Amino acid sequence: MTLFHRIFPHPLLSVVLAVVWVLLVNTLTLNAVVFGAILGLVVPWLTRAYWPDAPRLRNPLMIAEYLLVVLWDIVVANVQVAVIILFKSDAARRPCWITVPLELRTPEAITVLAGTITMTPGTVSSDLSADGHAILVHCLHAPDPDAVRDQIKSRYERRLMEIFE
Amino acid sequence: MALWAEITISLLLVIAGFFGFVGSFGLIRLKDAMSRLHAPTKATTLGVGSVLIASMLYFVTAQGQISAHELMISLFLFLTAPIVAHFIAKVHVHLHERPKSLPEPSVGTDWASFAAKTPARGVRRATPDTPAD
Repeated sequence: MTLFHRIFPHPLLSVVLAVVWVLLVNTLTLNAVVFGAILGLVVPWLTRAYWPDAPRLRNPLMIAEYLLVVLWDIVVANVQVAVIILFKSDAARRPCWITVPLELRTPEAITVLAGTITMTPGTVSSDLSADGHAILVHCLHAPDPDAVRDQIKSRYERRLMEIFE
Repeated sequence: MALWAEITISLLLVIAGFFGFVGSFGLIRLKDAMSRLHAPTKATTLGVGSVLIASMLYFVTAQGQISAHELMISLFLFLTAPIVAHFIAKVHVHLHERPKSLPEPSVGTDWASFAAKTPARGVRRATPDTPAD
């Protein structure tokens, strides 16, 4: 382990913490930047024991694309869910549980996928299988459960595979 | 403040109010616990998001300063909303679902909630055959 990695166990987390601190203070002063840098140094160092293996992120461009796709889907999801709540009777609604088998193995990537599923069209991730190879998803209204599963796999999981693995 | 800015901000606030209302209305209207979970996790995201964009736009056009707090609020919202939703869903699975009432993950395994032989301390096991709501 190099000296750099001993001081900065998670370089990206350090940067994010410093930036978040400056944004929280809401003014760009030397004071805020220095304190943000101290936070970025101390917090990852204190918590390093709980997060031993940081994942390697590849494809920064894919991360931007993924964020845009998810943001757009959140807007669409909101409208769809609003329409279902306002205009669909409970008898016509088809709620169901589906299983999404996972090809992702990185814990951080599975966490991001689970969060994405919860924030996007009519789906909430509810549980993980004991071996971590499948995710349990609840659909608000899914006439065709297989299509929902395929969409999650092709739209989100494929992109996360490219970013994390 | 320019007229176009005023119109845009008002429009965003109306949209925000609408989606906030629909999200809360869904909590009352939907029948089962799992469906109710969908309303606040989604419909409110756009509601809060619109208020935040309106707020940023107001500070830029009316006072000429860029405010970053709104970005932080949406960041924390995106971090916390799925986690809370997951907790509620997990409690629902523990209390109201049996392995048979859910689809199988794959042959020979079970969902993490049922895999532990003894229930975790403090978790009350539902009596067998409790219907899901």
